[in-house]
Amino acid sequence: MLQLGHDALLGAYRRMSTIRAFEERLHDEIKTGEIAGFTHLYAGQEAVAVGICDQLTVEDKIVSTHRGHGHCIAKGCDVKGMMLEIYGRAAGLCKGRGGSMHIADLDVGMLGANGIVGGGAPQAVGAALAAKMDGKGRVGITFSGDGACNQGTTFEAMNLAVVTKAPAIFVFENNHYSEHTGFQYAVGTAQDIASRAEAFGMKAWRANGCDFFDTYETFRELLDYVRAGHGPAAIELDTERFYGHFEGDPQRYRGPGELDRIREKRDCLKAFRTTVTEAGLLTGAELDAVDAEVLALIDEAVAEARAAADPDPATVADDVYAEYY
Amino acid sequence: MAVMNIREAILRTLHEEMERDPDILVLGEDIVGGNGTAGGPEAIGGIWGTTTGLWEKFGPNRVIDTPISESAIVGAAAGAALAGKRPVAELMFADFVGVSLDQLWNQMAKFRYMFGGKTKCPAVVRMVYGAGMQTAAQHSQSVYALLTAMPGLKVVLPTTPADAKGLLTEALRGDDPVMFFEHKALYGVKGEVPDGEYRIPFGQARMVREGGDVTVVACGRMVNFAEKAADKLAAEGIGMDLIDLRTTSPMDEDAILDSVEQTGRLVVVDESPPRCSLAADIAALVSTRAFTSLKAPPEMVTGPHAPIPFSRVLERAWLPSPQTIEGAVRRTLAFR
Repeated sequence: MLQLGHDALLGAYRRMSTIRAFEERLHDEIKTGEIAGFTHLYAGQEAVAVGICDQLTVEDKIVSTHRGHGHCIAKGCDVKGMMLEIYGRAAGLCKGRGGSMHIADLDVGMLGANGIVGGGAPQAVGAALAAKMDGKGRVGITFSGDGACNQGTTFEAMNLAVVTKAPAIFVFENNHYSEHTGFQYAVGTAQDIASRAEAFGMKAWRANGCDFFDTYETFRELLDYVRAGHGPAAIELDTERFYGHFEGDPQRYRGPGELDRIREKRDCLKAFRTTVTEAGLLTGAELDAVDAEVLALIDEAVAEARAAADPDPATVADDVYAEYY
Repeated sequence: MAVMNIREAILRTLHEEMERDPDILVLGEDIVGGNGTAGGPEAIGGIWGTTTGLWEKFGPNRVIDTPISESAIVGAAAGAALAGKRPVAELMFADFVGVSLDQLWNQMAKFRYMFGGKTKCPAVVRMVYGAGMQTAAQHSQSVYALLTAMPGLKVVLPTTPADAKGLLTEALRGDDPVMFFEHKALYGVKGEVPDGEYRIPFGQARMVREGGDVTVVACGRMVNFAEKAADKLAAEGIGMDLIDLRTTSPMDEDAILDSVEQTGRLVVVDESPPRCSLAADIAALVSTRAFTSLKAPPEMVTGPHAPIPFSRVLERAWLPSPQTIEGAVRRTLAFR
């Protein structure tokens, strides 16, 4: 915590607050019927995306998941462009062709959210091999959940990264649910994903993903290790998903009072506020001002997205190929 | 011009292109061969002989021997391409596409479109295909139709050493994912190859023969079979327009339609089962776009709707042959 100055702390809070407000607003807007398709909200896990991406440069590449809005915002994707995309508009970050599950912005090192669970892990190793060719200490990062940790692609990617000593980082966000199935049922190495990474031959760290400072500092150590050329590494973050697998999920798998309890005890934004105000690093008024600015930004983003033009149907087959078609 | 076989043409092109462009890397299983053994790296020198010497020349950062992990091989190629490199992944057998399919058709093929046209994915996936060497059901298939059907992928099938060089160079200079099919029975085919930079545009078929009586469309090894049939028929005065597609995505529709408009008769030869095949695709193309030119129903020469068998006798029964092509030509010419 002490290594972060005033502006860095306030910036981190702004990004976490932006993710939270973005997702909570989507939760409400989806009910209006104006946003179609599948949307998977990241609220509750903000400290992971921001605690990690705040330490990356645009040259470091990340590959995200179906629950990718948080990673996009943390890596620097334009919030209004994302909202336009989720509304399917022509001016969206991906011209309305990707939607919530396929947001990407290569200019900021965000290689794409991914609708296939586990689809991104080999791609992050590819990005890491590219970084290794360049020899500038850059890294390739895959975000995976406790669901994706059971996919063969993830196993293959971990082994390939170890074999090639690629500067790949496997971030496992354990929110305890792979879709609607419990982590303790679905992950054979119950209670733990990090040990699985260790079994593949890489060093692994563990941190509290609901604590920005624990996430940040633990990842700092990991990042230094990988940038120094020691090969791949993994980190498992114990975190919480505040909403269902997808919007519309009745969440009948939750225990009595579970959602209230995790919002009360494991809210990373609340914890951040308590820590920084008690330590006298930021004031409540500063944080309130950030929250107000963020809400205004999201209001604008939604208003602009609702009013924006749809794509031209005549463009339906554009951009499939760079050449020849 | 130098005379070499297809294997050498591919190897030399990879060497030359990697020298030219430091962003090119190659990866795959046993493309070096021998890592972690008493024999040492390069004990094998690439299992097909198409990557020999690359490791020694370009080093382990650009020539990556991988574990047997097809999803990771193709997925890493996809990620490296997104990150700005030009990866060449090798699948030892095209049949193993099944193991890596998600990384091809849900990932690589769709990045550019899903991400609004702002990205490019210049990955080449080389894969060895084809029947005729008794490699049985899981090491003999010609899966080009499957990949041709996927928007976002380009599909290339060289039949001559010159085409192997020209098409591979074009693949490595382009910005889209290219599925590059190398027929295992064609590696030894020799021919003249132009020196220096040589590129063949995609979507331009090669007119192998111009005979005027019947249009035969083929790709890969089926072109060679059709040439044998053409020789026999020519002795009887029957002239064949033989079209080697070279690329099935994009496909040179004009070459096919122009020829059929002249001949009125179409035979498509396809080294795959008939359902949803390239043969069916081309028969549909001609039936819908050149219907009034047709003097006979299109003939499809394919394997049966069955896996490829091991037995020499059965495999021969499965494969199209110069004789079955000849028979199809005679049927279409006899139609009144």
